[in-house]
Amino acid sequence: MKKTMTFAAALLAASVLGGMANAKTLVYCSEASPANFDPGTTTGGNDFDASSRTVYSRLVEFKHGGTEIEPGLADKWEISDDGLVYTFHLHPGVKFQTTDYFKPTRDLNADDVVFSFDRQFNKQNPWNGEKYLPNLTWDYYTGMDMPKYVAKWEKVDDLTVKLTLTEPNAPMLANLGMDFASIVSKEYADQLEKEGKMADFSTKPIGTGPFQFVDYQLDSVIRYAANPDYFKGKEKIDDLVFAITPDATARIQKVLAGECDVAPYPNPADIATIKANKDVTLMDQAGLNIGYMSYNTTIPPLDKPEVRHALNQAIDREALIKSLFQDAGATPAQNLIPPTMWSWNKDVKFDSYDPEAAKKVLADAGLKEIQLWAADRVRPYNPNFQRAAELIQADWAKVGVKANIVNYEWTKYREEGKKKERPGAFQIGWTGDNGDPDNFFATLFACSAIGVSNYSSWCDKDFEDLIQKAKKTSDQGERTKLYEQAQEIFAKQAPAFLLAHSQVYAVVRNNVSGFKMDPLGIHRFDGVDKAE
Amino acid sequence: MLRYLLNKIALLIPTLVGITICAFAFVRLLPGDPILAMAGEHGVTPARYEELKEQFGYNLPVWEQYARYVGEVATGDFGVSISSKRPVLQEFKTLFPATLELSFFAMIFAMVIGIPAGIFAAVKRGSWFDQSLMGTALVGYSMPIFWWGLLLIIFFSGYLGWTPVSGRMGLQFFLKPITGFMTIDSILYGKWDALRSALSHLVLPAIVLGTIPLAVIARQTRSAMLEVLGEDYVRTARAKGLSAARVIGAHALRNALIPVVTTIGLQVGTLLAGAILTETIFAWPGIGKWMVDSIFKRDYVVVQSGLLLIALIVMAVNLIVDVLYAVINPRIRAA
Repeated sequence: MKKTMTFAAALLAASVLGGMANAKTLVYCSEASPANFDPGTTTGGNDFDASSRTVYSRLVEFKHGGTEIEPGLADKWEISDDGLVYTFHLHPGVKFQTTDYFKPTRDLNADDVVFSFDRQFNKQNPWNGEKYLPNLTWDYYTGMDMPKYVAKWEKVDDLTVKLTLTEPNAPMLANLGMDFASIVSKEYADQLEKEGKMADFSTKPIGTGPFQFVDYQLDSVIRYAANPDYFKGKEKIDDLVFAITPDATARIQKVLAGECDVAPYPNPADIATIKANKDVTLMDQAGLNIGYMSYNTTIPPLDKPEVRHALNQAIDREALIKSLFQDAGATPAQNLIPPTMWSWNKDVKFDSYDPEAAKKVLADAGLKEIQLWAADRVRPYNPNFQRAAELIQADWAKVGVKANIVNYEWTKYREEGKKKERPGAFQIGWTGDNGDPDNFFATLFACSAIGVSNYSSWCDKDFEDLIQKAKKTSDQGERTKLYEQAQEIFAKQAPAFLLAHSQVYAVVRNNVSGFKMDPLGIHRFDGVDKAE
Repeated sequence: MLRYLLNKIALLIPTLVGITICAFAFVRLLPGDPILAMAGEHGVTPARYEELKEQFGYNLPVWEQYARYVGEVATGDFGVSISSKRPVLQEFKTLFPATLELSFFAMIFAMVIGIPAGIFAAVKRGSWFDQSLMGTALVGYSMPIFWWGLLLIIFFSGYLGWTPVSGRMGLQFFLKPITGFMTIDSILYGKWDALRSALSHLVLPAIVLGTIPLAVIARQTRSAMLEVLGEDYVRTARAKGLSAARVIGAHALRNALIPVVTTIGLQVGTLLAGAILTETIFAWPGIGKWMVDSIFKRDYVVVQSGLLLIALIVMAVNLIVDVLYAVINPRIRAA
C-alpha cells in the first residue's frame, strides 16, 4: 500500500509540464549532439543541421527540398569555356550576425570567402592546424577531392572571387553548396586569434545564415534566434530550439506530446502509430541513397558478368524489400542513382527474379559456396543487414549456392570489406552528398576508388571513360547522356546487386508550415512558420 | 584509524594502475579502427590513412602509446576528444552534475520505497505481502532498463500525458548553469516553475534508474531485519512489553541498517552502469550518454579517460563507505 501511495504521489507531483512553447518558438528534436559548430571540421548530418544550415550560408545553395543549385551569397557566377575558372559575384551588403560575443564592423566580402577555403588546405594558415583545434582532419574537404582540383582562390575585388581549377570538374559547383563550403567571417577569426581564443570559433559560431547562435547546453539543448539582418529577410519564427533526443521512440513521443514540433528518423515500427495520429503529419521523400551488395569482380567465378547476373536473378527482391523496410517502404533500385536524380536512365531494367535460369548458370559456373557479408548497424539504406543476409541466403540455397554469412562490427566491417582480396558479396550502401551523379558513380565505382569505397574492385574501361568524361564536361545535357550510357554498362556488367532507395521520414506537427523534406538528408528551418 | 585509512589508500594504487591498463586495452580491443570510423562511408585513401595515423599517434608501438597516456593522465591531462576537439575533463565536468543529480534522485526513490518495504516484508514474514514483494523485487532486479524506460515513457508521457517524455527541463526555461544541478540552479535563480519542471523531468528516469537498487535494497533490508528480529535483545525488548513499533524502530532497525548502508554505497557502481542506458533513453545529458556516443564514434580518448574518471569516482565512494563502516563498526578497524 505504502509503495502504491508513494508512486501515485510522485506522479501527481509531476503534473503536466514540458513543451509550453511560446508564440514563435520552433522546437526540433534532433537525433544527436553536434560535435561542434564549425561545419568545415565535422562530418555528421546532425552536425550540419546545427551549424551550416542554421548559422551559415554558402556561395551557392541547394534549392530547398531539392538538389538543384541556386544563388546563395553569390548572386551570379561565370564559368570559363575551358571549365577551369569560376568567377563569383557576391551579393552586396550581406551582414554577419551580431551577437553578445561578436559585433561585425564590415559586411561580407571576398576576404571571407577566400579565408573560408584557405583555412581548410593551406598548412600556413593558422586556422588549419593545432593552433585552432587539435587533430583537425578537414574530412569533407579532402573527401570531395578538393585538394586535387582546386589550384587557387583569389580576391578580384571586394565583391568578386575567382576560383581556378587544376582540371575541369563539373561537380565543383555542387560541392560549393555543401556544408563544408560554408562561408565564415575572417574578421571574427582575426579577432579571436588576437584574443587568443581561437577554439571559440567552433563553439560560438558567426555566419550569415537565417539563424544566429544563442546558447548550447552540452548534449542537451541548442538555442538560436532569427538573424534580424539575414540578407534574404528575417525568418518568421523568432526562436529555434534543438532538443537533443537520441532515442527514436522518445523522439516521436515528444512530437505526439507537443514537446517538439519536428523530429526526424522515426522507427519503421512507429510509422503506423504516427499515421493514425491526427495532430501530426508524417512527411516522406525518396532518399538520395542506394542500398546494394558488391560482388568482388576480380575473384572467379564472380569475375564473369553472367554469374553475377544469375546471383541477382536468384534473389526475390520484392519479398526482400518488403521484409526489410516493412511499413517504411522503399523504391526498388533500377540504377545506382535514385530516380529523383538527373540523368537517371528510365530504360535500364534490373535483373528480374528467375531462379530457374539462375540455377543453370550457377551450376555451369560451378559456384557452390559464397561468402555473404552483414554488418551490425542500421543504415538509412538498409535497416537490417543480417535479416537481408538471411533472406538472400535462403534464396541462394534454392539455386544450389550455399552462402556463409560473415559478420563484423560496422567499422571493422568496412575495413575488411574494402580490401581488394575480400571474397564474396558485400552488403553496403551510400547516401549522396551533393546531388551530383558523379558523387555516386565515381565515388563508388571509379577505378581509383578500389581499396577505398569501390567494394566490387570493379574497374571497367568503358564505364570509367564515360564517368571521367562526364566529370570534365560542364554542359548538363551532355553529362546526362554520358551518365545514361554509364548506367547501361553498369546494368550489363552487374558489379553489384541493387537493393533499393529507402524513404526518409520526418514527423511534423500540423501547425508547422513550410517544412520540407530534403533529399540530401539535411533539416532546414528557413522558410518555416508555426501557427498557434 | 589513520593506519587503516592509509592502508586502504595504498591498496587503491595497484587498482588504479590496473584500471588504466584495462581502459587503455579495452578500447583498443574493440573491433574497428578510429580513423575509418571518422571517415564513414567515404573511406580514406591509403596515403591519407597513414597520414592521419601519424597525426593521431596510432603509428607508435602500443606500449609507447600507453606510456604517453599514463604520463599525460598523471599530470592531470585527460586528453582532447577526437570528435568534438574539446578537453575531456571539461566535458566530464559539464556533464557529471546531470548524472549525479539523476543518481541522487534514483537513490532517494530506491531508499524511500525499498527500506520500508523490506522492513514490512520482514515483519510480516511469509505473508502474501512478503511473498509478492520478494517476487516483485526479483522482477525489478532483472528488469531490462531499456525496455522498462520506453514502457514508462509510452504509458505515462504518451498515453496519460502526466510526465514530460525526456530532457532535463522544459525548453521555455533558459537558465545558465551555476552548479549544473538543475534543481539547485532553479532554486538559486528563484524560479519555482523551473524547479517544478526539473522535478517532473526527473520522475521517470529516476524511477527507471532506481528500480534495480530498489530491489536490492528491499531484499537486503528484509534479510538484515530477519536476522536482527531473531536476536535475543529483540526478544528481551518484546518481553519488556514495548510496543511493536518501538521494538522495530528503536531496537531492530538501527542494527539492521548497518549492512543496508554498505549495500547503498555499493550501488553507486550499479547506478553509473544503469545511467548509460537510462540517459540514452531519456536524452539526459550526463556522462552515461556521453560514453555511449563516444564508443560508437570510436573516440578512444573520451572512452579511456571517461572510464578512468568513472572508476576514480567509484573507488572514492567505496573508500568513503569503507571509512564510514569503520566508524560505525569499530571491530573492522582492527581487522
